[in-house]
Amino acid sequence: MAESEVLHAEHRLEYPYARSTGPIIGAFLTALREGRFVGATGSEGKVIVPPTEYDPLTGDDVGELVEVGPGGVIDSWAWVSHPLRKHPLQVPFAWALVRLDGADTAMLHAVAAPGPEALATGARVTAKFCPEAERVGSMADLESFVLEGGAA
Amino acid sequence: MADGTTDQGPVTMLATPISLDFEFTPGVAQSKFLRGLERGEFLGQRCGTCGQVYVPSRGTCPTDGVATTEDVVLGNSGTVTTYCVVNVPFAGQAIEIPYICAQILLDGANLSFMGLLQEIPTDQIRMGMRVEAVWVDEAELIPSLASVKYFRPNGEPDADYDTYKEYL
Ligand SMILES: [Zn+2]
Repeated sequence: MAESEVLHAEHRLEYPYARSTGPIIGAFLTALREGRFVGATGSEGKVIVPPTEYDPLTGDDVGELVEVGPGGVIDSWAWVSHPLRKHPLQVPFAWALVRLDGADTAMLHAVAAPGPEALATGARVTAKFCPEAERVGSMADLESFVLEGGAA
Repeated sequence: MADGTTDQGPVTMLATPISLDFEFTPGVAQSKFLRGLERGEFLGQRCGTCGQVYVPSRGTCPTDGVATTEDVVLGNSGTVTTYCVVNVPFAGQAIEIPYICAQILLDGANLSFMGLLQEIPTDQIRMGMRVEAVWVDEAELIPSLASVKYFRPNGEPDADYDTYKEYL
């Protein structure tokens, strides 16, 4: 049999999981759908973003949810030259740990920028949300962060 | 999708599908089997050492470890060796329940494979029942088992237990 006669095909194996969010992460996702961020108040008044259900140091329930962002600071970052199909942006971008204004922890998300030379630890960024009609209550409602001052 | 209303209620569930994308190749032997389906026939392969006929063939005999090189066109009919009536709904189910999954030993083969059985009430299925493949229209034949719509009783008397007892 000629090699060209050997078949091949695309095959996708997929599991359609759904998970319940619980009240804290649910509140975070609800806020994302509304185009804003909330964090949870933990021990010593520290604000955890994205919020956890329990304080990571004491294990106690977290306190009230507080509004943070939409601006923040890049704590660290890595440039992605070749985005994969499931990445939030389909052009080169940076994964970054962004500490939102009012938060004491950093959260991971994409930063859109023209190139790695435009980025630096400590750079100011702000959130760019998807259009309101497209938001569903997921991390993807946040399209990316962009450099403050509009470099991206 | 957001429905545009101002009060959608709090988010309580999150869809988190996971998926893996494969580039699948069935290899030389199974490509032959699949090309056979495209022609509307079941193609197996016989081992030159032990004489067993495998369908679909993997290209080797698992008993003798030799390549299976002789192609064998099998019958369109076969015998139900065993079966399962599916009553349980599940996500992604394509067939209306209840339905029957049967292991079918095609005439001339020494290996059964799984097929959907239709045109018979689920309480009348039995081991040894003689069945035949119903194919899609000729223009719709593709190199896939989707070319076989289902199997149905072919009206012959049940097969003797001795003819399929080795295949249970
Ligand atoms: Zn053999």
